[in-house]
Amino acid sequence: MKYLPLVWSQLFRRKTRTVLTLLSVLVAFLLFGLLQAVQIAFESGADSADAKRLLTTARYSIIEPLPMSYALRMERVQGVVAVAYADWFGAKYQNESNAFAVFAVDPARYLDMYPEFEIAPAQREAFMKTRTGAVAGKRLMDRYGWKVGQKLPISSEIHAKTDGSLDWEFDLVGVFDAEDPAVRANTDVVLINVAYFDEARQSGRGKTGWYITRIADADQARTIAADVDRLFMNSPDETKTAPEKEFAVGFAKQIGDLGALVTRILLAVFFTILILTGNTMAQAIRERIPELAILKTLGFSNVTVTALVLGEAALLLGIGATLGMLTAVSIIPGLNSATGGRFPPLFVHAETFVLAAVVALALALAVGLPPALRVHRLRIVEALAGHR
Amino acid sequence: MNVLVEIRGVTKTYRRGGEIIEVLHGIDLDIPRGDFVALMGPSGSGKTTLLNLIGGLDTPTSGTITVDGQRIDRLGGGDLARWRAAHVGFVFQFYNLLPVLSAQRNVELPLLLTRLSAAERRRHAEIALALVGLRERAKHKPKELSGGQEQRVAIARAIVSDPTLLVCDEPTGDLDRATAHEIMLLLQMLNREHGKTIVMVTHDPKAAGYARRGLRLDKGTLAVTNDLAAS
Repeated sequence: MKYLPLVWSQLFRRKTRTVLTLLSVLVAFLLFGLLQAVQIAFESGADSADAKRLLTTARYSIIEPLPMSYALRMERVQGVVAVAYADWFGAKYQNESNAFAVFAVDPARYLDMYPEFEIAPAQREAFMKTRTGAVAGKRLMDRYGWKVGQKLPISSEIHAKTDGSLDWEFDLVGVFDAEDPAVRANTDVVLINVAYFDEARQSGRGKTGWYITRIADADQARTIAADVDRLFMNSPDETKTAPEKEFAVGFAKQIGDLGALVTRILLAVFFTILILTGNTMAQAIRERIPELAILKTLGFSNVTVTALVLGEAALLLGIGATLGMLTAVSIIPGLNSATGGRFPPLFVHAETFVLAAVVALALALAVGLPPALRVHRLRIVEALAGHR
Repeated sequence: MNVLVEIRGVTKTYRRGGEIIEVLHGIDLDIPRGDFVALMGPSGSGKTTLLNLIGGLDTPTSGTITVDGQRIDRLGGGDLARWRAAHVGFVFQFYNLLPVLSAQRNVELPLLLTRLSAAERRRHAEIALALVGLRERAKHKPKELSGGQEQRVAIARAIVSDPTLLVCDEPTGDLDRATAHEIMLLLQMLNREHGKTIVMVTHDPKAAGYARRGLRLDKGTLAVTNDLAAS
């Protein structure tokens, strides 16, 4: 720590150059934070997937509905423990930009299927008993300032009521949340009681969007999935069943291989930063060769002077990375609001911070080592020639 | 006579291209503790090379250099750096202060290598700056000081860790006559009142006049010895 004022002073000896370099590092890590958040958000379904859950959709298109009656038949498949189903409602709240997911579900089946969604027992009970009942994820509740007990007016883009109206109203009877950030990303959703929804909708009665199956043994997932699909083979509504994680990954890949895309963008960004900061460091050290020779003259060992140069690189990357990540954290709530719930909510994971620290450290070593080694090899007598 | 620096048969050769150049040819020299030696001679005579060897900035090709009973010609890079930090203070023609640090921080630099606390380092630096008459300039950066003041700060930095030996390379070479006089009086005071042994390279006979004795190097050989104090 006693060397910090020295390293700090050296780093900021040319303020404009250092500030510009810091800004470029900041922008790089801001991009890193945001892109990681986007990637994690789109892959969060896969992260929170349970190996003992299968998803069943219509064989040829996930938007084709399936009969609700399948639930009873699926329950009889060997290895199946429970079955739940959900249907896509396509909701808007107040205006076009406030869009979020609303699923029509059998309350007991669905909440039993997702025990990671935490809900007060009394509210769960109320959801099961209230035909017009709805429960919402806590983040949505906070975003729109909803209170349990209020009416929840939402419009559907898909389902009209029997009177032809697309405007629905539910009783908000509960709120659910999750501790795990990956699971919480999936709680930006409103669940409505399918009993009322199915009765009140104009068309599509007796149909649902997809099934979720809990199985006893994750190792039997493929066999059970095949058994389920075999059950409905050659029927008008053939099915396609897959482990939840596989389904989530496949869904994410429909918008492209986000992971590979993010990795390529970040590689390009960090390569640019490597060149930029490497050049800055090399130039900064080159200008200070006589001063570094003086430090050696005063008794600073080769190791100490080398560490000072590396420390300068680490400080530069560390400040830039910290500011970049903090900027990402500070603007993400605004981005989440701007998307109006159309995309999974973004947040910066603890793992992203750790990864940012590792990247910053690696960059610091990459840009700091060449000038540091040059300083390590520096011969005092030669470096001081002409500067005595 | 209590000898502080004992040099025996020291040679120094450099390789320049394919040619080997011997800069010092078998130097023998004793510098007593408390001495103030002015090392003079024409350019290329080996003055600075000899000074570098005495200050532990370079090692001889052959021969021995013993300072305060320690064979510094046998020390490796790390040990030599530690030895310099503990025993030698350096003063250069162009001051060589770090421009980004205040006078106080420049003076504190050698103390970063000690176990002193920040408060103790600050106090030692204040004392050194007071000794060279610059206590009130402690917060100033080098560019805010005159040449003479910069050299005083450099001298404060050289003495702050209370070294046995001060090595000065043309300490007045960049100063006007009046300022050079002040700097030489300061060095003389450090020698006479604080007992610092000083070895100084200079081209300036007037500066050399402040030393106790003068040594003349010519083509790598110690040629003439003058007892300047006596004259």
